Amino acid sequence: METLEHLRDRLATAFPRSEVVIVNNPSPSAQHSLLISADHARVIARHLRDEADLQFDYCSNVTGIDWPEKEIIETIKPAQTDPAGGAAVGTEQKIKRLQPGYLEVVYHLYSMALGHGPVILRLRTLNRADRVELPSLTPVWRSCEFQEREIFDLFGVLFSDHPDLRRILMWDEFKDHPMRKDYVEPDDYEWEPTPHGPVLAKAKVHYAALTPVAAAALGTTPASSSAPAPMSTPGPIASPAGGPAIALPLAVETPPITKAPATAQSPTLNPAAPSAAPRP
Amino acid sequence: MNELTPPSFNPPSGAQVRAVHDAFHGDLLEVSMGPHHPSTHGVFRMMVTLDGETIVKLKPVFGYLHRNHEKLGENTTYLSSMPYTDRLDYLNSMTNNWAYALAVEKLAGQSVPERAEYLRVILAELTRLLNHTCLAGFLLQDCGASGTPLMYAFREREKILDLFEALSGSRMMCNYQRFGGCRVDPSPEWLTAAQSLTDGYGRFLDEYESLITQNEILMARTQGVGVLSPALAVSAGVTGPMLRATGVNYDLRKVDAYGFYPRFPFRVPLGDHGDTYDRYMIRILEMRESITILQQAFRTLPSGPIIDPKAKLRGFRPKPGEAYGRIEGPKGEIGFYLISDGSPNPYRYRVRPPSLVNLTILEDLCLGQTLADAVIILGSIDIVLGEVDR
Amino acid sequence: MSDTPAAAHPDIDQATRDELRRQGILLTSMEELYNWGRSHSVWPLQFGLACCAIEMIAASMAKFDIARFGSEVFRPSPRQADLLIVSGTVTKKMTPQVVRLWNQMPEPKYCIAMGACAISGGPFKQGYNVLKGIDRFIPVDIYIPGCPPRPEALLNGLLALQEKIRAQKLSGPDAPRHLRADDPCEYPVPEFGEHDLLPTKNPVLWQAPIIVRKE
Repeated sequence: METLEHLRDRLATAFPRSEVVIVNNPSPSAQHSLLISADHARVIARHLRDEADLQFDYCSNVTGIDWPEKEIIETIKPAQTDPAGGAAVGTEQKIKRLQPGYLEVVYHLYSMALGHGPVILRLRTLNRADRVELPSLTPVWRSCEFQEREIFDLFGVLFSDHPDLRRILMWDEFKDHPMRKDYVEPDDYEWEPTPHGPVLAKAKVHYAALTPVAAAALGTTPASSSAPAPMSTPGPIASPAGGPAIALPLAVETPPITKAPATAQSPTLNPAAPSAAPRP
Repeated sequence: MNELTPPSFNPPSGAQVRAVHDAFHGDLLEVSMGPHHPSTHGVFRMMVTLDGETIVKLKPVFGYLHRNHEKLGENTTYLSSMPYTDRLDYLNSMTNNWAYALAVEKLAGQSVPERAEYLRVILAELTRLLNHTCLAGFLLQDCGASGTPLMYAFREREKILDLFEALSGSRMMCNYQRFGGCRVDPSPEWLTAAQSLTDGYGRFLDEYESLITQNEILMARTQGVGVLSPALAVSAGVTGPMLRATGVNYDLRKVDAYGFYPRFPFRVPLGDHGDTYDRYMIRILEMRESITILQQAFRTLPSGPIIDPKAKLRGFRPKPGEAYGRIEGPKGEIGFYLISDGSPNPYRYRVRPPSLVNLTILEDLCLGQTLADAVIILGSIDIVLGEVDR
Repeated sequence: MSDTPAAAHPDIDQATRDELRRQGILLTSMEELYNWGRSHSVWPLQFGLACCAIEMIAASMAKFDIARFGSEVFRPSPRQADLLIVSGTVTKKMTPQVVRLWNQMPEPKYCIAMGACAISGGPFKQGYNVLKGIDRFIPVDIYIPGCPPRPEALLNGLLALQEKIRAQKLSGPDAPRHLRADDPCEYPVPEFGEHDLLPTKNPVLWQAPIIVRKE
């Protein structure tokens, strides 16, 4: 197969009104890709599939990528130099630039007939909020069908002319797009046996709420919570018959009870929990 | 749809029965098979629309095992995604490991020592034996041969799992490959045991085939059922034995020539009809080729290091960029697409799941077939839900 | 039946009973006989979720042979099953189905949480679609750790369950769930919400264990 530069020039000649840009890949894999404009994506895809010496009949992999908007700080040094030949005068200028976010869909194309590839196509949406339409390439390659549905589900890209654009992995009532970088997952880290890293941070919120209860269980305050008392399970697998509580191995890092300020900061997270009483 | 005439509560006459039959004729019945169904290989679900027993529409429903593999991969380091790949296609952890290691090696430009490449080939082909054997067992189970073929298959699977356990410490979740090599060097005893297993595997296949391959019931149930055309297979991105059963010669071991596969001469079995029987047969023939690859690899296994001494496991940060690495897994092309932004975690971590893409043509294969055939067709596609839903 | 708890007959000690058995006299009670029969014919539901399901199948195959313990009859229908082996990751999308299957099983029924995922979410705990333990929605009798547990571990779990069944009293205040009027045999099925399951747990069944720091 010809080089990617040739391919780009060929596509630019065949589709003069479309924009075809090579996206450089600095990694040792050197798999560079072609960024094509969305309005010409399907004709370019058909061209790649049908030309006799290209024959990219096999679209292997379709990937969605989320690029949130990002603040870029550029430092500009003044170009003027001191006429006397000394150091540069003037102050450095820092310019904040907001790079707009977008969603990107990447297609890996191979040719089964000729055995070459990959050619990597990239399509980008205009933003991440309301201009997220891209043309579906399922009419060109059937293999995109489920993968594009997955990208719609997890990233929220709307593929126009997709035969069956529904959520595929999450349920239909689900509202979020969980593979986006700014997705906030539901907080169900009430209890962590071995927390560390970000999980510890999430779990600590709940531990803070639980601390007064734990204090109650330790006998420092009257037990008024409905939470079950801690019990120990000596056996490795058998749980107590009716009780849901499982005792911790007690090596978990928890907010230290003794050091917690008794000024009722921590229990506010759990309205059901009794407020902490000062320890004697 | 016809107008319904309510059946009488008195014992119906022949004419009434015929009237009811005529009234319902052409009426469609929608059946939800799964996610709990004994023949859907896990928590797969099919919404099937039936006209009598004939399938007129089939929509697969996914996501019942969507355990957020890709999101977890983006939130953790490159190395700690390796054990997660074991759990993608949980029958074939070794090939998943290899595909991921290959993608990261492309991303970081790492090389792999010779012995490690040989070990990868050996373990991948053992995995192929394991997967195809289990598939043959499950397919026969789906045909209604309850128990016995699967018992035979699992007997052989246990032997291979014993090898995996002796090598990696775990039966199923081997977590064996590393970026730039492998984790542990097999002992000479292990190699002897693996070699003798390989040498005896042909005999098992002979025995199995003598029971199954010419079996009249199997042939009646599978031949001409679920025929896939080569053009549709290519367009739908079907890969692996499914694709080769239609006659398309596309095996990544030959096309991409990754690993040391070019050093081992082997044939790529191709099907003629693309039906379910071909898909069964291709797997049997591939196992025989795997045995020849294994025997060559054992004969010529070089000594040396098993991991690139420059490979950095802890604090691994590839330079910004991206890479797509793929190998010929037992189910098809398994690929990993990684984007690095220079941090310890991948910016984007994408798995190209062969099972999911192979399911694209499920409806095309099942249309016009009976519901019982849909079970066999699904069995011959060879899906593992851990990889379909990730 | 020497492993039967002697508590069934507190006035006759185990040594006497063993001696009588050697003489050909079997002392038993209705409760003991009933539990003995139940414990050795636990029929599991043929219900595979994820990786652990493969090991569950392996446990029923030749090398491990769960039939030795009377549980080889894997029933495809929950109506005929005694035991729900939650063999793998329960995703939030799958949770309503699992609870519904549990509700469809007739009492007396038991639940084994097989593997780290079924117990707590396991390695996939941080996933947005992963339920952090099936015991948030249905009562679990036996927990089998492992990822996946070996088939031997499943057999061990089954033996532990048999022991638990044999120790069940059929009358009195600690009678099992299906003999008590106040205990529900049906458990609420969660619904799909916009961001998560509704509710996210069954508070009657599961509350976060109390964190006690060892001083």
